[in-house]
Amino acid sequence: MAGSTLASPTADSPLAGVAKRKHISPTMEAWRRFRRHRMAVVGTVVLGLLVFGVVCGPLFWPVAINEIDFSAMLEGPSSAHPLGTDDLGQDLLARMIYGGRISLAVGLTAMFVAVFVGVLVGAVAGISRGSVDAALMWVTDLFLSLPQLPLLLVVIYLFRDALKEAVGPEIGVFIIVVGVIGILRWMPVARLVRAQFFSLREKEFVEAARALGASTQRQVVRHILPNALGPVIVAGTIDVAAAIILESTLSFLGLGFPPDTPTWGRLLFDAKDYLDFAPHWALLPGAAIFLTVLSINFIGDGLRDALDPRRVM
Amino acid sequence: MSQYLLRRILIALPSLLGISLILFTVLALAPGDPFGELAQNPAVPPEVAAALREKFGMDDPIWERYVKWLSQMLQGNWGFSFVSRVDVDVLIMQRLPTTLLVIGSSQILALIVALPVGVYAAIRPYSLFDQVATTLAFIGFSLPTFFTGLLLILVFSISLDWLPFVYQTNIDATGFAFYWEHVKQTIMPVTVLGLFQGGVLTRFVRSAVLDVVRLDYVTTARAKGLRERVVIVKHIVRNALIPVVTLIALQMPIVFGGAVITEQIFRVPGIGSLLIDAILANDTPVIMAVTFVIACLVILFNLIADLLYGWLDPRISYR
Repeated sequence: MAGSTLASPTADSPLAGVAKRKHISPTMEAWRRFRRHRMAVVGTVVLGLLVFGVVCGPLFWPVAINEIDFSAMLEGPSSAHPLGTDDLGQDLLARMIYGGRISLAVGLTAMFVAVFVGVLVGAVAGISRGSVDAALMWVTDLFLSLPQLPLLLVVIYLFRDALKEAVGPEIGVFIIVVGVIGILRWMPVARLVRAQFFSLREKEFVEAARALGASTQRQVVRHILPNALGPVIVAGTIDVAAAIILESTLSFLGLGFPPDTPTWGRLLFDAKDYLDFAPHWALLPGAAIFLTVLSINFIGDGLRDALDPRRVM
Repeated sequence: MSQYLLRRILIALPSLLGISLILFTVLALAPGDPFGELAQNPAVPPEVAAALREKFGMDDPIWERYVKWLSQMLQGNWGFSFVSRVDVDVLIMQRLPTTLLVIGSSQILALIVALPVGVYAAIRPYSLFDQVATTLAFIGFSLPTFFTGLLLILVFSISLDWLPFVYQTNIDATGFAFYWEHVKQTIMPVTVLGLFQGGVLTRFVRSAVLDVVRLDYVTTARAKGLRERVVIVKHIVRNALIPVVTLIALQMPIVFGGAVITEQIFRVPGIGSLLIDAILANDTPVIMAVTFVIACLVILFNLIADLLYGWLDPRISYR
């Protein structure tokens, strides 16, 4: 082929690896390719450490997030407070661990919502031709041109109080943030799935299933969808990062979780007025968001090489 | 050409209608009530509140309210701000130029960084330069804009004291000093947005150039004995830019989101900070109008991208 520069050195031809060693499962093959993306492996390790710290942190650091200590306000890192304290003398390590749990939970749940909606829309559009497809793609394009952050702010402004009353402040904000991020991020997945469906539904194995009398539903669920999932996993990974950034942004603008819930974005929001005498307070949560997002983005890149090794023409 | 333009505008109109419909539905479904505060105010008798609701048509069916709202918007009657008692369109017109200036400069900065870096990285794929550039691009778009903003304030305003971190509209200086102050206070917001966009665009440009760099027509151009510069600029980059233009247009919603954050951090008096202030003050007419204006701008930029697309790729006929 004339032009074939791979997007990344690790994305080699899928056939090359299989031809050399025959008895390698697709999963092993993907793992082999993923390992060759150095930054993706580093990202996995870093993210693994962050997740471990956030999930198991309270076992090793059982300090309350809201223990106010006016004798230790705005202190830098010390043995009593490894990451320092905020303006009320609350321990930042404990607050960071708590905030990380929320950020990661929001990221993962929002990703699942987005992937679910995206796969649903993309699959329906991809399997049905004609007007249904055209209408769904028009809606997709419409959502793509919506200004996400302003709309997110408006929706949260309008619905926050009602949900707060209905299910409590934290759960209410969680539902609304996850729901809205999910609903505003499904479009890339829908487009990917539709494109995959268009090529897959003409493949021989789907034709064979059709010839054997498989219903449309069975063709989609058993034959087409599993083969279309590679790019979806990649897009989903990147959606986690995008959702974490969006959630932090909302909290940073003071419109996310309530003030007593220390998400990473909220910590930054509180810290920004004390930037000149307590820079550690702002730097740590910011660095945590940055590291998480960077690792997830690198993992997504590695997964793209591993699962979606399309050659660039 | 004008026919093509007309057709594109006709395609954009339904999208605008769709966006206005989504916005209005969100507002109509919301449990809150623009007259909520009025109802809680003991000085306003319930009859007056009911008469006001009647007068403003709050009890009409939703579709009727939508049609009324839309026709008023089209006539330029955007209502007035509950807080500052100024007409919304006046308020937006005051703020819009600043936002466009910041966004425009940051996009230019991003392109100045991304084009050479992306092209150079793709022409020598997997070289040390490529690896460093790719990693830096990843870092660039993984850094949340609010964090970059705080970092810049910490370094350049607090530690070094070179740049002001609050944007001021009333600078008491004239002539050169006036413009210099303006440039100084614009540097940080533009850099924050520009670096983020630069990271994204570098990756776009790199992969777009990778797509065309080994195609036969490039080899032909080299075989004709054209200078490398000409091959790269006239043959490779021009073709590689076609998908990049589309991707930039698709980035616009994210750019406006970034502008909201940046304006909020640096207190830039643009429509982004207007939106946040309006939300914090429950100023519904301003919120609606700003969101709608941003949506219109996004559609407008998509339109411009379509036109650029036709200019870059003559194979796309203006039919």
